[in-house]
Formats: sequence, structure tokens, C-alpha cells
Amino acid sequence: MSETTPAPLPIADLVRQVRQTREYRKLTDAIPYTRYMGIGVENLAGEMLCRMAYSPKLIGNSLLPALHGGTLGALLESAAIFELLLQTDTERVPKVISLTVDFLRSGKPQDTFAKALITRQGRRVANVRVEAWQDDRTRPIASAHALFLLAEP
Amino acid sequence: MSDFTLPEDKAARMERCSVFYTDVVPHNHALGLKLVDIGPGEATVELPYADFLVGNPETGVLAGGPVTTLIDASCGSAVFLKMGRFAPLVTLDLRIDYLRPARPGVSLTCVAECYKITRQVAFVRALVHQGDKSDPVASAQGTFMKTEE
Repeated sequence: MSETTPAPLPIADLVRQVRQTREYRKLTDAIPYTRYMGIGVENLAGEMLCRMAYSPKLIGNSLLPALHGGTLGALLESAAIFELLLQTDTERVPKVISLTVDFLRSGKPQDTFAKALITRQGRRVANVRVEAWQDDRTRPIASAHALFLLAEP
Repeated sequence: MSDFTLPEDKAARMERCSVFYTDVVPHNHALGLKLVDIGPGEATVELPYADFLVGNPETGVLAGGPVTTLIDASCGSAVFLKMGRFAPLVTLDLRIDYLRPARPGVSLTCVAECYKITRQVAFVRALVHQGDKSDPVASAQGTFMKTEE
């Protein structure tokens, strides 16, 4: 370890800190995959959203071109996890049990947004619905519902 | 355009299908996905472990996103192999059950099987494992639609 680089905070501490400071970037950059995918959390008009910044590596169909379905699944799942981590007081990183994605329209080569809604949060399981859109929020390009395990018995 | 029918010979068929993991689909290539085996209506695709795919930096466990991408890609290939040709295809839906966390440092292998195809819709199931099919990481079920006239 270099002496000038502080040791990374354990994720649980980082989550607690970011809930207070809303410096979401600190959290999304600490997770290698979300950093790689350009997935971040933002407050837009008082609402917490996820954004996946467009980059050419996200393309699944070069002819159209269109985003890879897997990238939309990744954004939807990330949005659900960040919603649980940042908008509830869960102490553990939620573990996904199942994820069901409906692909509604093809994803254009541009930034994509997602908003998660916790439909039920129990002691052990949370049910979350997520929608992703691009230009027009009323025309979602993908939606998902996911189940997460919040705690061990 | 050229002929989109897949060759009968397995090696030639495999080579034709591999373009989806090398040139045509940038995101498959970015994640390092590799077509490792094919059968009638069946595709086996490997995702090598990589640090940039990690979802939990404390444990080194992969994020869910790369698994979704692996499954989506494998299922698409399985449909092409069932049809015996390339045709425009879209994923309608995908359901993934996460059965256990993936072991860090070990590649993931997805075996996808297109078990039914109708005029418009293809039904696919897939299993993701790390070398032992009896101890899978994830199972999935997807539907795809042919978009040509």
C-alpha cells in the first residue's frame, strides 16, 4: 500500500458515510463493476436515480446500434441494490435471489436512467421493481422485478 | 446479403457462431465471453473471472450484471443453433435465479438450451456453473422473438 493512499473503507462503513454525505460517486467507484459500466447514482429534482453513461463497449448489436440486454439487466439490478443500500437502513449488502427482466424497447446508444421502487421490505426479504428509460420516462426500455435477501436467519 | 444459414459441419458452425463473441457484439467481447461448445439448439459460453467484474470488493464475488450478460448471450446463440441460421432476434424476457455466490477467481460457464421454438417465439433455459453442473451458480429461463417478417 502506498502511504499517500488511505486504505479503502469497508463497504458497510462507506454506505453509512454516503447515506449522510450523498457523495454517491465514492460508493459506485468503490465497486469495480459499476465503475467499469459507468453506472452512477444521482439526485435529480430531489429524486435518487441511477444513470448508466453511454460508452461504445455497452453495445450488443452494432448494426442497429443497440445496447446489450445484459447491460440493461445490470443497470436495473444495480438500481435496486443502491435503492436498498441508500434509502433503507439495511446493514448488509443485499444478496439477489432472483431477477426477472422484461425488455420493452431497444436501448439507443445514449445514457440510460433507472428508478427502483421497494414494493415490500420484510425482515429477511425485499421485493423491488425497477424501470429503465432514455429520453422519455413514460416509455421505459426495460423493467425488472427482483428479490433480495437482507439478512441471515 | 450473404447466406445466413449455418454450416452443417460442427467446426465451421462453431466458427460462424463465434463472431458474436469476437466482432459483432462489442459488449460480449469487452467481458471476454467465449463460445466453447455447441450442440443442436445448445450453446456453451465461458466468462473468465476478471477484477473489473467484481461486485463486492471485500469478497471478490462477481456482480450480477456480467452473469446476466453471459446468460443473455448464450441463450441468443442457442436460438440461432436451434434455427440453424442467423435471423434478427430480440430478448423478450429473462428470469435468473441466483442459487449460490460465484467462487472468486474461477470462470463461469453457461449452458443454454433452446428447447422449443415456434414461428415467432423461442423458449430457452440456461444453467451457469463453475466446472460442476451439479453445483450450479444460477439458473435462467428466457423467451426470445424473431423480428423478421
